[in-house]
Amino acid sequence: MEYHPTIVSFLCNWCSYTGADLAGTSRMKYAPNVRVIRVMCSGRVDPTFVLTAFEEGADGVLICGCHPGDCHYHEGNYKCLRRYKLLQMYLQQMGIEKDRLRLAWISASEGKQFAHLADEMTAAVKALGPCKIKENIETLS
Amino acid sequence: MEANDKKAKPKIKMAVYWGAACGGCCVSVLDVHEALFDVVAAADLVFWPIALDTKYKDVEAMADGEIDLTLYNGAVRNSENEHIAHLLRKKSKILVAYGSCAHMGGIPGLANFSNREGIFERVYQTSESTVNPDRVRPQPVTKVKEGELTIPEFYNDVRTLDQVTDVDYYLPGCPPQTERLVEVFMAIVTGAELPPKGSVVGALEKTQCDECTRKKTENKKIKEFKRPIDFVDDGETCFLEQGVICMGPATRGGCGYRCIEGNAPCRGCYGPPADVPDPGARMMSAIGTMIDSNDEKEIQKIVEQIADPAGTFYRFSLPGSILRRKLL
Amino acid sequence: MTRITIDPITRLEGHGKIEIFLTDEGDVENVYFQVPELRGFEKFCEGRPVEELSQIVTKICGVCPGCHHMASGKAADAVYGVKPPPTAAKLRELFYMAHFVHSHIAHFYALAAPDFVVGPTAPPAERNILGVIGKVGVEIGTEVIKQRRIAQEIQALMGGHQTHVVLNIPGGVRKGLTPEQRDDIVEKAKGFIEFSKFSLKIFGDVVLGNKDYVDLILNGPYSLVLHSMGLVDENNKVNFYDGKVRVVDTKGKEHCKYAPEEYMEYVEERVEPWSYLKFPFLKKIGWKGFVDGQDSGVYHATPLSRLNAADGMATPLAQAEYEKMYETLGGKPVHATLAMHWARLIELLYSSERCLELAQDPDITGKDLRAPLDNVPDEGVGIVEAQRGTLTHHYWTDEKGIVKKVNIIVGTTNNNAAICMSIKKAAEGIIKKGVKVDDGMLNMVEMAFRAYDPCFSCATHHQRGKMPLVVNFRNKSGDIIRTASRD
Repeated sequence: MEYHPTIVSFLCNWCSYTGADLAGTSRMKYAPNVRVIRVMCSGRVDPTFVLTAFEEGADGVLICGCHPGDCHYHEGNYKCLRRYKLLQMYLQQMGIEKDRLRLAWISASEGKQFAHLADEMTAAVKALGPCKIKENIETLS
Repeated sequence: MEANDKKAKPKIKMAVYWGAACGGCCVSVLDVHEALFDVVAAADLVFWPIALDTKYKDVEAMADGEIDLTLYNGAVRNSENEHIAHLLRKKSKILVAYGSCAHMGGIPGLANFSNREGIFERVYQTSESTVNPDRVRPQPVTKVKEGELTIPEFYNDVRTLDQVTDVDYYLPGCPPQTERLVEVFMAIVTGAELPPKGSVVGALEKTQCDECTRKKTENKKIKEFKRPIDFVDDGETCFLEQGVICMGPATRGGCGYRCIEGNAPCRGCYGPPADVPDPGARMMSAIGTMIDSNDEKEIQKIVEQIADPAGTFYRFSLPGSILRRKLL
Repeated sequence: MTRITIDPITRLEGHGKIEIFLTDEGDVENVYFQVPELRGFEKFCEGRPVEELSQIVTKICGVCPGCHHMASGKAADAVYGVKPPPTAAKLRELFYMAHFVHSHIAHFYALAAPDFVVGPTAPPAERNILGVIGKVGVEIGTEVIKQRRIAQEIQALMGGHQTHVVLNIPGGVRKGLTPEQRDDIVEKAKGFIEFSKFSLKIFGDVVLGNKDYVDLILNGPYSLVLHSMGLVDENNKVNFYDGKVRVVDTKGKEHCKYAPEEYMEYVEERVEPWSYLKFPFLKKIGWKGFVDGQDSGVYHATPLSRLNAADGMATPLAQAEYEKMYETLGGKPVHATLAMHWARLIELLYSSERCLELAQDPDITGKDLRAPLDNVPDEGVGIVEAQRGTLTHHYWTDEKGIVKKVNIIVGTTNNNAAICMSIKKAAEGIIKKGVKVDDGMLNMVEMAFRAYDPCFSCATHHQRGKMPLVVNFRNKSGDIIRTASRD
């Protein structure tokens, strides 16, 4: 059976979700593997969300926020950036490839960029193969 | 406790057992010191390998639920630890995951960065003082000329107690501070109303920071992370404000901030505060807030100053964390 | 071939079991002492910053965490190529003496004393600390608990965490002592000395004053003729914290004396498939099997072997007791396993005297607690005496001080082969054909094990007063032909 990666994404309401929506309303074609969860701000993304996504079977996690300086709540995206850096260090120590977690800045008008990002990430996660975390945890249980 | 109360109430039957443990939790029970006589007056210890000669056979012969309270400390590392966990669950009314190892995996949980093969290879083969040309490894069953010898199977992964059986309460700490144990013990013995099943007992609801008496300001802003060897602690300022990782914000209070009293930063043995499923995630979030930079390159540089994030944020909780172990 | 299984072994720290195989006639054919546990510290310390190790390795053992803490601290110093300033070294040793006091008190009174004060074949219900208190009085029992508590309190004061101490950091210690704290420790140390003298007096009255016990020590099936290992200072006197490792042969002659970094030239470990614990032996002699004697590579590292390996004790009262012991037991070295209990009490006295000495040293309240770490970290070995044997920690790090490899030889591990042999010898001497195996006999087999103080001792009661044991005698087909049991 061919492997189709599942990528869970957290998109901030003001910029990146709108940008992703624009890709849709513009009828752009892009990989269908990205599942969208809307949050008010990328700063809302607790590391627990990312880890839980992997635990529940995500092959990749994508976080999108407003460009630096444009955050609706001023600093939320910077908090997200710092947590993302920490998460990456942690995940690599845990044997999880760095391309499985990605942070990108997408503005409300960047529909094309979002579509491109979805394709790029899907290809990268596809090349890595399925993420074994969920399987691992199920075996442990 | 009144003398009359002591006479009126029958003694509870209590057991203390260790899985993959160090004995520190048993020492924490002994450290009741002179209060020992009160404990002995209220409880009949029926199984405690470190102290009593009760054997496994005797536990097997007990009726189900005959033991009122069992404190199981130590992680589940091998088949014997698991087998006895199931046995004690059957024979006990209340089963408490006692100490960090039973609660979250503890220090032995760090073995989840490796696996059986990795550990055996190091311990029995590449260890520099070990000479083992025939690559002998401990086996669950060995035939010797007199008969067969058995030892437990060493699992690939370390587990917490609740990952193998149903746990009633968690009493955290490495080991739990004795005063907290005495409080919980007295509550059980005097028949006080117990919190809902699955609760953490013997620890505060708030974090270490609430108890710790080091000087703190409202704003923690870190421009640079230091290891304890990189600087001289002033002995009074919050460790995080001095740039040293301290797990205080992600750890329950209740231990009396004993490591901080010894001038070492907290490493999180009391486990995460209420409603926090993963202490490391909480710590990453807290640190994310404290880093004083909005520049990506600078943030990267600052974050790389943290030595061993996984082993520091999950020092006691790797098996109990969301990811549970390193992918190998 | 029939078989007796004791599982689990109890009244010690850690998991263990014993398999005794009997010939068809009923004599002991062979005995296996198996350790069913392993956690893998030598693997999972990899990747951790080296300064964190002294707080991780304390979790190897919750009764002697201070020992691992000290060995680790010294290994980390060596990794950075530094020595702690005098105040720091003395603070470490002072802490360490309090640590020895707590452990040796607990072992003697709860583990050893019942077998002697109450009697090795006395009813199990009495063979415990409560039975001891019954014979010697409640006052003494309370005093035992109190002295142990005081020793724990000193450890908490100096090391923050009372059990898993945090005192050490590479190059020194994290915390000093104020003059008030020092004065308090001085008084407490004096109390330790009095209590040690008193404990030796109890041993003298109850054990040495009893002809049967002396006979048991000297002529019971508890002797193993082995090489002895222990840490000694530059005058070849016993020191727990620092010095060189000295090994003497079965006649007391020096076999070797090595600095920590040389340990691999003298000690090697081997693996058996029926135990998770490795078997160290003297490399230059080689492994000759589970045999004792001058030509065997098996050695022991215990309070008795420390006293055998040294030329004396560094403090006066302990030295007098040292001389008395050897005079009584017929000269050095002593191979009577049960004499370990006596040696342990002499060490208790030494620890107490040394505690006072250090507390009264003017450097002890100094402010210079840490040496600067100017060198690139690399590799280092730290060796101390744990209560139950010579403890070696060896670390390799990268240039940032992140651990690459760890090798540890633990106190009790040194004695693995010796313990196996002691149990076998005791079983051979006690279980014989034609004699029904009873509870008292089984306890006497366990006494062979207990003398080594394998890592834990219980400062409390033996509540139910029972030592339930069921022994199934099976014939070659595995059918049970006879059952001996005691409740």
